[in-house]
Amino acid sequence: MDLYTIIVVLIYLFITAFLGYLGYKHTTSSQDYLVAGRKSHPLIMALSYGATFISTSAIVGFGGLAANLGLGLLWLTVFNVFIGIFIAFIFFGKRTRKIGHTLDAHTFPELLGKRFDSKFIQAFAAILIFVFMPIYAAGVIKGGANFVQTYFGIPYDVSLLFFVAIVAIYVWMGGMKGVMYTDAFQGCIMFIAMTVLLITAYANLGGITSAHQQLTDLFNNPDIQKDIAKSIKGGFQGWTSMPKGGSPSWWSLVSTIVMGVGIGVLAQPQLAVRFMTVKSNKELNRAVLSGGVFIFAMTGVAFVVGALSNVLLYQKTGKIALVAAKGVNDNIIPLFIKDFLPGWFSSIFLISMLAAAMSTLSSQFHAMGTAAGRDIYEKSLGRSGNTLFITRTGMLVVILISTVLAWAASGLPIADGIIAKFTTMFFELTTASFLPVYVGALYFKRMPKAAAKWGMTSGAVAWFIWTFFVHSNASYMQICKLIFRKTSIVLGTPVESLSMVGTTFVALPVSILVTGGIWLLYTASKKQDMDSKHIDKCFTGI
Amino acid sequence: MFLGIPDFWISAAYVLCILSTVACVVYGLYNWNREDE
Repeated sequence: MDLYTIIVVLIYLFITAFLGYLGYKHTTSSQDYLVAGRKSHPLIMALSYGATFISTSAIVGFGGLAANLGLGLLWLTVFNVFIGIFIAFIFFGKRTRKIGHTLDAHTFPELLGKRFDSKFIQAFAAILIFVFMPIYAAGVIKGGANFVQTYFGIPYDVSLLFFVAIVAIYVWMGGMKGVMYTDAFQGCIMFIAMTVLLITAYANLGGITSAHQQLTDLFNNPDIQKDIAKSIKGGFQGWTSMPKGGSPSWWSLVSTIVMGVGIGVLAQPQLAVRFMTVKSNKELNRAVLSGGVFIFAMTGVAFVVGALSNVLLYQKTGKIALVAAKGVNDNIIPLFIKDFLPGWFSSIFLISMLAAAMSTLSSQFHAMGTAAGRDIYEKSLGRSGNTLFITRTGMLVVILISTVLAWAASGLPIADGIIAKFTTMFFELTTASFLPVYVGALYFKRMPKAAAKWGMTSGAVAWFIWTFFVHSNASYMQICKLIFRKTSIVLGTPVESLSMVGTTFVALPVSILVTGGIWLLYTASKKQDMDSKHIDKCFTGI
Repeated sequence: MFLGIPDFWISAAYVLCILSTVACVVYGLYNWNREDE
């Protein structure tokens, strides 16, 4: 750690602290604290949305996965840009903003609850966020703390506390304004770092076509056959080919990574609330431009560089990326930076990774805090009081829970890409439980309240059973092992291959079928549990 | 073979990444001043 890096990091922390303070100074009401006063600038909103979406996990974790699985991960970039920005902003964002304004909703659970005129829906959505988002947050904290530990040589426990404390202070004080100001600054750093990374990778390999050709040829190189033999058994067919259809690698890539994260982005509470922070559709239209470019620069670059790192590291060390990184998935991108970029850029990349983790974590703290304080305590339990004080207290509780979880996860093997897996788990939950109801809330006036309630509940239950007892990720949760003494209930049975199938493939259809089934029952019996005046009010101006 | 990539599905992903981003840019510019409230 040289003096130059220390100065760069201190400048970064100083600017972050100043922007957090600015957010605090500009926060004068609960509306400011919860939805940034509904007057965000489109560029700040787009950068904040993107920086929240992209954590260290997306760059280092999923970039490392691309080094193993190849350019097939670019399908996730397609989903991230087209579904996560284009579809999300135009078809979800505009209606979310309008209905959110009309119903004076300040959080995602409150939007769903007020739209269906149901305290249960608001409370249930908030409880899911309060209970399960800390798993996602713990993954992000672990990623950030590992990074600080690796680069600064500070012990994991100290890194974790230092990392959480900085984010907690500016979120707790500055609320949504503090979060969005710092997100926008952090997003700019991330954008610059990733652009340099892409240019360097392609330039080092003689241009785009030459780089891809070398990556294609590497698969047949006799020197590496021993290193990729296990991957080939799992369905790997090279870094510029999709895995063999139906193989474990294919299921992991398509059903868990691409579908789980690619669709899950639509119903992320901490992202959906961003739509309620702008004044009109004009801001959303403008935000589509910067949001699309930003997400492309983040995920597209991380996945391409992750895959190409195999060629560059082979040329330098005679080993493919995963072997050169000593089997640790999350060390591949940092190793590439260290070996192929100038020293000054390492410092920039270091703060861009800190920025990626901090921008995601700050929004998670805000979403969890508002779920605990406003949605559960204030609205669902009907306790009155100062909204700001209640939300801040809720935030402190969830920050403590997430920190304890991240500390407990310190023993989990980082080599398994645990951070990317924790991220995927939460995205799969929101897809299964929130997405069908969210679509119904925005587009289907006649959808009964009961269909929304049962759809949400069944999606959450299906997600829980599949994630904790069937899917191969269940081994990290330990619950299945404690009860059944094996890591998945299908292990050693004729249907063992089911553990490869992503949760989204199972839980989302369950949620859709239950929602649709109850809706059909209500239609057939001509029952209606929603007041038509309330529905008309919800869709005012749409 | 497209840009050194032999697999159709990977080439398609590469092209669609760029097209999706272009769609976002075009939509943003075209609607820059569109959409009383």
